[in-house]
Amino acid sequence: MEDMLFYDRIQFAFTITFHYLFPQLTMGLSLLIVYYKGKFLFNKIEMYNDAAKFWMKIFALNFAMGVVTGIPMEFQFGTNWAKFSELTGGIIGQTLAMEGMFSFFLESSFLGLFIFGEKLLGHKLHFVTGFLVFLGSWASGYLIIATHSWMQHPVGFEILENGKFVLTNFGALFSNPWLLPSYFHNQLASLVTASFVMAAIGAFYLLNDKHHDFGKLFVKTGVIFGFVASVFVAVPTGDLAAKNVVKYQPATFAAMEGIFETEEGGSEIVLIGQPNIVEKKLDNKIAVPNILSFLTYQKWDAQIKGLNEFDESVHPTNIPGLYYAYHIMVGLGTIFIGLLFLAIVQLFRKKLYKTKWILYSLVFLLPFPYIANTMGWYTAELGRQPWLVFNLLRTSAGASPTVSAGNTLFTLLGFVGLYLLLGLLFLILAGKIINKGPQLVKH
Amino acid sequence: MELFWYIVLMTMLAVYVILDGYDFGAGIIHLFFAKTEKDKKAITNAIGPFWDANEVWLIASGGVLFFAFPTLYASSFSGFYLPLIMILWLLIFRAIGLELRGQVHNAMWEAIWDKAFGVASLLLALFFGVALGNIVRGVNLGIVTEGVSTQEAHYFFLPLWNPTFSPQAEHLGILDWFTVLLGVIGVVSLSIHGANWIIFKTNSDLNEKLKTVIFRLNCVLLALVIISLSVWHVIEPKPFQNFLNTPWLWIFPLLTFIGLFGLFNIKRFKRDGLGFLFSSVFLFGGLTTTVASIFPKVLPSTNDINPSLTIYNVAADKYGLSVGVYWFAIAIVLVAIYMVIQYRVFKGKMDDVGYGEH
Ligand code: HDD
Ligand code: HEM
Ligand code: HEM
Repeated sequence: MEDMLFYDRIQFAFTITFHYLFPQLTMGLSLLIVYYKGKFLFNKIEMYNDAAKFWMKIFALNFAMGVVTGIPMEFQFGTNWAKFSELTGGIIGQTLAMEGMFSFFLESSFLGLFIFGEKLLGHKLHFVTGFLVFLGSWASGYLIIATHSWMQHPVGFEILENGKFVLTNFGALFSNPWLLPSYFHNQLASLVTASFVMAAIGAFYLLNDKHHDFGKLFVKTGVIFGFVASVFVAVPTGDLAAKNVVKYQPATFAAMEGIFETEEGGSEIVLIGQPNIVEKKLDNKIAVPNILSFLTYQKWDAQIKGLNEFDESVHPTNIPGLYYAYHIMVGLGTIFIGLLFLAIVQLFRKKLYKTKWILYSLVFLLPFPYIANTMGWYTAELGRQPWLVFNLLRTSAGASPTVSAGNTLFTLLGFVGLYLLLGLLFLILAGKIINKGPQLVKH
Repeated sequence: MELFWYIVLMTMLAVYVILDGYDFGAGIIHLFFAKTEKDKKAITNAIGPFWDANEVWLIASGGVLFFAFPTLYASSFSGFYLPLIMILWLLIFRAIGLELRGQVHNAMWEAIWDKAFGVASLLLALFFGVALGNIVRGVNLGIVTEGVSTQEAHYFFLPLWNPTFSPQAEHLGILDWFTVLLGVIGVVSLSIHGANWIIFKTNSDLNEKLKTVIFRLNCVLLALVIISLSVWHVIEPKPFQNFLNTPWLWIFPLLTFIGLFGLFNIKRFKRDGLGFLFSSVFLFGGLTTTVASIFPKVLPSTNDINPSLTIYNVAADKYGLSVGVYWFAIAIVLVAIYMVIQYRVFKGKMDDVGYGEH
């Protein structure tokens, strides 16, 4: 029984983590492509259209990966989490079914037109199809986050005697206080990823002395969008997301921050330190006093409850994992803001394209927004454990009763093998597109 | 309310089979008949811009099943665990075969992805037929062993096969001779369907040959349909009960036969789209006939202890189902609009779309 749950969880975590590598680029990049195409319509400079075309190639490849890894997600609720699906399907099924009907149809119908239709449609309509693809992918994110928010903070429902959750208020699913901060935080984070990818490829061209004009354009777009998005990821959206956690899942918050003891006169913010679960404290801690209280409640001496005040039964299952995931996300977020700020300064001084160390950093940082995004999700998910539906349904009560551990391990291994292949193919093909580079079409 | 969502769900699934069915069929034709690079191009061009949107009908049907009939979703997806995951893998292979092939020009690379696309399509057609067979045959709900349920009444689990391959065994497998028979019907009918789509959407050199292929396969299909009808009593002693009680349901079998017999005239059709129309009618009729024959059951129980799953005992709560109608109504209109736009832009023959040439 325990084994079975273990494999179910690993399989879900593995497949969703892999899936989310692709949509985060899709959502951010669709916005940037629409920006290029729109700018071209406006100023008729051919280069922007060619830039849009180049990114569409990467987009199409990335999108295909997102689609093929997304379909297993939709099925896995039923295959591996049957009990959870049976009990809550009437509620989370709503938002997931809406996602299929409203966003996937939109995206997939217009993606074909966007990719093959430029000649057939003309530039204006081509822009519109691009915009619709963008809209579809952001709607998809919205409905997924709505689903996820309900699991973190369930609203608008009633529990029947047989344990089933039934919906009593449809509107509540969308006015869930968890939803909007989480949604905008997530979308901006995906824009961070797309901006970094763009800047990194631009910097790569500049450092290799290729495609100069495009290199500069990509670095500039990436740095500007990336900076704005990184700031908004931290404040207000990250901040608001954290406030939701304090309010609705206080023990989770304490674990994320690594606060074991409640401190009179205000809590410190921990920068570095290793949670020591046995002694219930943080080892090798470096911290700044009172900051956390201020960030959370805007009062220097506000009291924040430490983990030791909560009964062990409500502690998150994996406290160190949660703590690290959160600190990696926030730490990276801070680094992004810092580096991009310097890049912007250099851009205004017209020196950015020659500042080698910034260009190298941009190339080197390419994987890190992916890591930050993944760690963000691990914060959310580990913070929710041991619950599937916070405070109401245990993860252990959600798995499929009849699927044995052997079967789950079999499919898990299958997914691992298949996804390794997919990842490899993606890298090879993306490398090929990047290597070939954008083409300036002379007319 | 349950009935409404049942009809919605079945219609969506039928649309899925008709749309993605031509992709599978095209894949099978690609595997067996496309010899030259030009043939292959023609086939991938004919389905390239559509397959993703077609597949969304599967995802959306899954979503509607999840939301409207959560117990059925939970029970059947966990019970048919292995074949479902394998279907997912096959869908992945088919998609990457189609999408990645054109990205590198290298004989080995192309050969590998051609095969991946073709073989995955073939197996998918087989699996979907087998799935239908499993649903009408029913399963051992509650995993009853020697008269005692070992699981909650609506859960079950099937291995891929049991050594007897019999649809009447106590512990059934996914594959038995009955379900495999339906699987073969799936392969044959979708091959016909895909061939019709290729004829409809391209001017390829294959078209004339495909008409002969369709004619021959149609003879095979007719024979298989007759065989399956004559052995149907093995899984359901009174298959016509619903039709006798509700005579208008005969329209579904009627459609099946109209589609089937229409296709015998394939060589005489003046318009290339007609064949596709008939094979669509056949698929629609065949599916609806099959599910109507077990209605209101959606998953029959093969033991006497646990009741069959029907649309009434697996549905979500009334309130949820009613609010769903509002958003669904809006969504389906939008979907129809997208489809009209999509098929108008890519109307006519598509030999020159340049699919997969990045
Ligand atoms: C580039 C990626 C990225 C960066 C730099 C940040 N985040 Fe984040 N964060 C995410 C990407 C992300 C995410 C992956 O998008 C999550 C997962 C769930 C969600 O809605 O967004 C997330 C979740 C998440 C949560 C958990 C919400 C929950 O439990 O549902 C909190 C409290 C924060 N973030 C707070 C912050 C703060 C204070 C940041 C300050 C710099 C920050 N994040 C930077
Ligand atoms: C919004 C959509 C999402 C939903 C509805 C969702 C739901 C779930 C469910 C049902 C589980 C299984 C129970 C469990 O073991 O926790 C789970 C676990 C998990 N999910 Fe999510 N998830 C979503 C998004 C994500 C994303 C995008 C990621 C990561 C990139 C993610 C990471 C994880 C991880 C790591 C686990 C395993 C946690 C553990 O086992 O301790 N989830 N989630
Ligand atoms: C467990 C949760 C999830 C499920 C069930 C799921 C399901 C799916 C499915 C079925 C697809 C393919 C759609 C198609 O064929 O067009 C897909 C793609 C996509 N998903 Fe997910 N997904 C999950 C998590 C997420 C998360 C957390 C996000 C973002 C916040 C997301 C955003 C997207 C986007 C934007 C696409 C479009 C294709 C792409 O970008 O690659 N998904 N997802």
